[in-house]
Amino acid sequence: MLRYTLKRLLSLAISLIVASLLIFSIIEVAPGDVASFMMGMNAQPDTVAALRAELGLDQTKVARYFSWIGGMVTGDFGTSYTYRAPVAQMVADRLWVSLPLAVYALLLSILIAFPAGIFAAARRGRAADVTVMGATQLGVAIPGFWFAMMLVLLFAIRLRWFPAGGFPGWDESIWLSLKALTLPAIALSLPQAAILTRVMRSSLLDMLGEDFMRTARAKGLSARQALWRHGIRNALIPVLTIIGMQFAVLLTGAIIIEQVFYLPGLGRLIFQAITQRDLIVVESVVMLLVFTVIMLNFVIDLAYAAIDPRLRLRT
Amino acid sequence: MKISRSLLIGAALTSVFTAAALLSFLWTPYDVTVLSIPDRLQGPSATHWLGTDHFGRDIFSMIMVGARTSLAVALVAVTIGLILGVPLGLAAAARKGSWLDEIIMRGNDIIFSFPLLVLAILLTAVLGPSATNAIIAFGIFNIPVFARIVRSGALSLWSREFIMAARVAGKGTTRISFEHILPNVANLMVVQGTVQFSLGIQVEAALSFVGLGAQPPTPSWGRMLADAQTMVAIAPHMALVPGLAILLTVLGLNLMGDGLRDMLDPRIRVERA
Repeated sequence: MLRYTLKRLLSLAISLIVASLLIFSIIEVAPGDVASFMMGMNAQPDTVAALRAELGLDQTKVARYFSWIGGMVTGDFGTSYTYRAPVAQMVADRLWVSLPLAVYALLLSILIAFPAGIFAAARRGRAADVTVMGATQLGVAIPGFWFAMMLVLLFAIRLRWFPAGGFPGWDESIWLSLKALTLPAIALSLPQAAILTRVMRSSLLDMLGEDFMRTARAKGLSARQALWRHGIRNALIPVLTIIGMQFAVLLTGAIIIEQVFYLPGLGRLIFQAITQRDLIVVESVVMLLVFTVIMLNFVIDLAYAAIDPRLRLRT
Repeated sequence: MKISRSLLIGAALTSVFTAAALLSFLWTPYDVTVLSIPDRLQGPSATHWLGTDHFGRDIFSMIMVGARTSLAVALVAVTIGLILGVPLGLAAAARKGSWLDEIIMRGNDIIFSFPLLVLAILLTAVLGPSATNAIIAFGIFNIPVFARIVRSGALSLWSREFIMAARVAGKGTTRISFEHILPNVANLMVVQGTVQFSLGIQVEAALSFVGLGAQPPTPSWGRMLADAQTMVAIAPHMALVPGLAILLTVLGLNLMGDGLRDMLDPRIRVERA
């Protein structure tokens, strides 16, 4: 396991370095000079030059890359060109919306998918199974942001059960904040719940054919008892992997859903930054998201190898 | 080979929207570039089958023209993925374990660690929002998808007897890859292609919705939904129709993908029997 962990750590480091180089280079080729853009059309050349120096844009590309990446490591994400505020602080503020939203959606997705998947697997081939599988086809095909609009139409505008958008803030009221995140979380979780239901069902069906399940039945357990005592626990391994991956999808998917509900999360931050050409913000948020995805995959790989020793030998 | 029901339904749905997109080049009930304020926000009627938007444009006509944008973006992006990803996957499989395989697969891992939306956001931040840049972003994302699937399919073929026979006959690696391996992984490509195509429709809609995809005046389903967002309380049909168009197209493609997989993968056929 130690050898495998070291190997994965090396590949993790390489992935992070290459990803950061890639993001930095893409942002570097962006047309236009940030300082001139910020100062406007009529700016004097010397004021633009002074601003360039202040933002560190007069340094070489190599120096800038190292200062950016060194900053990211120590938690200093640079200073926003437009707001003149530390990017790290801006990101931290927004994460208090995006992160709880992703977690909320993940919980909903699990709460829907586990019972639905078990229900369908236990009734394989019957009408109930066909209905659940049909519903998952729809769930996968529904565009999340459109579903979000339909939820607003029904539950916010017609029934007035939930707010149509906005976020009061956790300091203001935890209850109202949770309420504000409920419709977005439902919209975000639906496609993921559909995928997870399918994975749960097929993973359970794989287990039902295993020898140990037959042994459990031979011992005198009913099909249902065997499923609950032995099947579900073993079927959870692939399901947990998918859940890990889904968290990354939910965190980035939140970017779009936040737009529908006017939530002040990472999504709004990044879109504002794009329109204002605040590239340091785009660069840092993108790096943060990619870092999260790479780390999640790393943790999933390690967890998987810890559970299943065969995987350690393969690579 | 039995054609499944899901393949039939999927193909029918996909054909409807493809036909609408193609027909829109020749004819639409109304001109989508002409604004008619007196007719704005009308519900569905005999004159405007699916109603009108806030500029009085006919929604049915816009759905037809929007289908063009959605399908074109998805199609071109899948083609980019196929053209670049398939040779990479074939090359990696032909030289399994070599530095070339290692570089191709690690490169794929890196692209894979960029969530699709993040990749699209990064590119549009730099190149500016447009349908073309949405295609580039999704095209790049598709490369490792096809490279991986072709590599894994090809790997199992390289140890087969008919490939050995081709080797004995003196054929080179590249020739074997294209003449013998490629036709045998084509079914994998078709199935994955359908899946990526459906994903492409969703991505195009999402990017256009947040303003990073097709720009006005190019009609697109995502843009129509963005316009509908502020009108949803007074004109729900403006949001309902483009959303259903996306839903049905994606559903059709997914069903078609499932049906094709069942039909083309002999293992699944045996299992079902």
